[in-house]
Amino acid sequence: MKKIFVFCVLLFLFGSSVWASSDIPLTAQDHPDDDGSAIDLSWKYEGELPFSIWIERSENGKDFKLISKIAPAKTYITDGKNIKPGNQYYYRLKFVDAQSNIMASTDIVKAKSEAQWFNSRRTPLLVMVIILSSAILYFILSARKGKHLFIRKIAGLDTIEEAVGRATELGKPLLFVPGIMDLDNIQTLAGLNILSHLAKKVAKYDSTLYVPVSKSMVLSTAKEIVKEAYLKVGRPDAFDSDSVFYLTDDQFGYVAGVDGIIVREKPAATFYLGAFYAESLILAETGFESGAIQIAGTAMPSQIPFFVAACDYTLIGEELFAASAYLSDQPNQLGCLKGQDVGKALILITIFVGIILDILGINIITNFLQMK
Amino acid sequence: MSFFEKLMKIDRRIIFLLIFVGVAIPLIVALNFELEITQPVRKVHGLVEDADDGAYILLSFDYGPSTKPEIQPMAIAILKHAFERDYKVVCSALWPMGVLMCSEAIESVKEEYPNIEYGVDYVNLGYKAGGLVTINHMGKNMRETFPTDAANNPISEISIMDNIKNLTNFDFIVGFSSGSPGLKEWVQVAHDAYGVPVAGGSTAVQVPSLSPYLNRENQLVGLLGGLKGAAEYEKLIASPGTAVKGMDAQSIAHLLIIIFITIGNIGYFVTGKYKQKRL
Amino acid sequence: MKRQFPLVITFFVGMLVIVSQFIPHQPFGHLSDTLESWFLIISGFAILLGQLNLLKVNIIKIHRKSRNWQYYIVCVVSFVVMITIGILWGTQDQPGLLGQGSALVSFFGRKPFDYIFKYFFENLSATMFSLLAFFMASASYRAFRARNLESSLLLISAVLVMLGRTTIGTWLTGWIPENLTYLHLPQIADFIMKYLQKTGQRAIMICAGLGIVGSSLRIILGIERSYLGGK
Repeated sequence: MKKIFVFCVLLFLFGSSVWASSDIPLTAQDHPDDDGSAIDLSWKYEGELPFSIWIERSENGKDFKLISKIAPAKTYITDGKNIKPGNQYYYRLKFVDAQSNIMASTDIVKAKSEAQWFNSRRTPLLVMVIILSSAILYFILSARKGKHLFIRKIAGLDTIEEAVGRATELGKPLLFVPGIMDLDNIQTLAGLNILSHLAKKVAKYDSTLYVPVSKSMVLSTAKEIVKEAYLKVGRPDAFDSDSVFYLTDDQFGYVAGVDGIIVREKPAATFYLGAFYAESLILAETGFESGAIQIAGTAMPSQIPFFVAACDYTLIGEELFAASAYLSDQPNQLGCLKGQDVGKALILITIFVGIILDILGINIITNFLQMK
Repeated sequence: MSFFEKLMKIDRRIIFLLIFVGVAIPLIVALNFELEITQPVRKVHGLVEDADDGAYILLSFDYGPSTKPEIQPMAIAILKHAFERDYKVVCSALWPMGVLMCSEAIESVKEEYPNIEYGVDYVNLGYKAGGLVTINHMGKNMRETFPTDAANNPISEISIMDNIKNLTNFDFIVGFSSGSPGLKEWVQVAHDAYGVPVAGGSTAVQVPSLSPYLNRENQLVGLLGGLKGAAEYEKLIASPGTAVKGMDAQSIAHLLIIIFITIGNIGYFVTGKYKQKRL
Repeated sequence: MKRQFPLVITFFVGMLVIVSQFIPHQPFGHLSDTLESWFLIISGFAILLGQLNLLKVNIIKIHRKSRNWQYYIVCVVSFVVMITIGILWGTQDQPGLLGQGSALVSFFGRKPFDYIFKYFFENLSATMFSLLAFFMASASYRAFRARNLESSLLLISAVLVMLGRTTIGTWLTGWIPENLTYLHLPQIADFIMKYLQKTGQRAIMICAGLGIVGSSLRIILGIERSYLGGK
């Protein structure tokens, strides 16, 4: 009798745990579009809310280790702890109370982590890259074949020659500020590209150019650019290596230094071309007060209004990136600008068509772009 | 030269003096203008208020001393709210000077919450270079990204970090940013890649560039913009501080600028007409 | 060869980074992160270059007794003092060569580096930033003119946002009943920021993004070589 009773109790306990686990479906699958370092777990638990959910993992189906304790209301998790691609992993979940007693647990499930060769979530990006690149390459090739490409006037860039001439007549220097970001910022590169053209003109007119920089890497690059410019024009002797100098990495220390240079040296023209933050208006107003011609260009949307208000000419957004192509007048580079315009037209059409379709309840374009 | 022509060519030092007086007086004599709470700030407050008991939150101090007057008040307000709700606060910085900003913010809050204990209720993990890359690493493994805290204590010895393996272990993240790296990077990685709710505070001038992230996908749950955002949050937590005091000065400064613009336009039109008659 | 080699490296690395954005599989998955880390390491070493240049330029000007040479002494002395006290006594919880400097901490209330940082540098930075308030006033006075329709619209929205973003806006329109809340200046300012300016911002961001793509392609393909110092 006693044995029957013990057997019934054990049967009840075993049966209830089996009954409980079979009621909690747990699925494990490889996390998509990754390097094989994550596995997704999802489950559906309908019972008394536990205190915590314990996630246990094993690599052989036997030796389970606790890898995480998560909040009781969660129904999915991505396990990214030391998952190696190509390995099989076994999981089980335990739903525990405040005393760490197991209220319920799931069956053991397994999944193999795999690295994908293509991130399908970035398909819209790939499509845009291909279309844009194709348009750019097409126009570059067209330009090389001699096709004339119309590019509208950019007033700020047409004034560069005039500004350099004015500085030479007045015997005053020019000041070029390539922004406060480092060489990994494309706006800094765009600014330095323009510096190359400007430095050639300065070398040709035998004027003086100051280039205070905020980052050491920009210092090396800017020095080489200006030196090469003087070399190309045949005036290597006129190059002063101290005309390109480092001030400080600190934002407001840099702007204090540049303001001091503007107030003391009273340049005839100042160029602010690159990435700027809050210091833009301080620079522009000080330059305005000194009476210099000011040409600014940045792709920072928050700083453009300050430059527009205080400077004579402002290159807005993409005009900064187009400047180098515009100044070089080379077919290759102008073709690139035309290709960008095709991209812009495409985006406009996509936005317009997308809005109409969304209003009609057809979310194809929205879902595609959001990868839903 | 007529009066308006003189006015159009006024020495800008007079404008500076008027601004100085206009900003200084409200700082001495409180005007106590009423403040209306805007929706982006309410959303940040809601995110902090409605989190689970014992929630783990990450505060990222991505600004320096130059923007401290604008951003520090909102950091202090969020810290106060978090400690009031008994959350576990983990602080980090993507800017080198952010570490000091964090220390100073916590020092000022400790007077009001003397019982909070370092390592149990809050921790300062310090600065890590790398911006987007660092946030990505944090998303995978916090301990590898921050093996020690700002005072070089091993993370394994800090009890608050016991349950933190990566960014997904946080209930939400609040970034205080005045540039790059900052809130944009937090949104791009922490929210878009790891699905962690992100809210933030920024300088007023950054608000236009961050507001596209206040969308139906809640890339940014809410945003405290500039001193006004900080003042609104102080009002919501019923703990007026430097931001509320500063708003009077900001209001007067804005009013003065509007008056200058009006005078400038009146002068512009009057002198324009006057010149046309002379011709 | 001297000019071709950097172009080849640029092309190779550029194409590799673009391709790695679409391939999660190793070694492509972490390529961008790795290259970014390399850049940070290199720029860390490059900081020394900048500091040496700063010292060189200032010392030469002092040596030659150029115009205002006394002010360059201030720069050099500040630089040397900060580096020295940072190395000797460290900052915050980090010890220096001479330990934590307890005697100095008890005298100043904090370490010398932190003291100068908090009471000199922080205040100087905030002062430079606060110049914006004054310059904003003078720039607005000069630039905000209702010359034509566009500038008039800009002027009106600027005034509405400036009022709405402050307590004066609430004070001016607080009396408007609740069912007409949308006429409150803060709500109007919010509307302008949420719908009107966001549209413009997005347009600028899209165009700037396209500009970045074009500029980057030109650099990767070797069409743009100005950053190397020539055609």
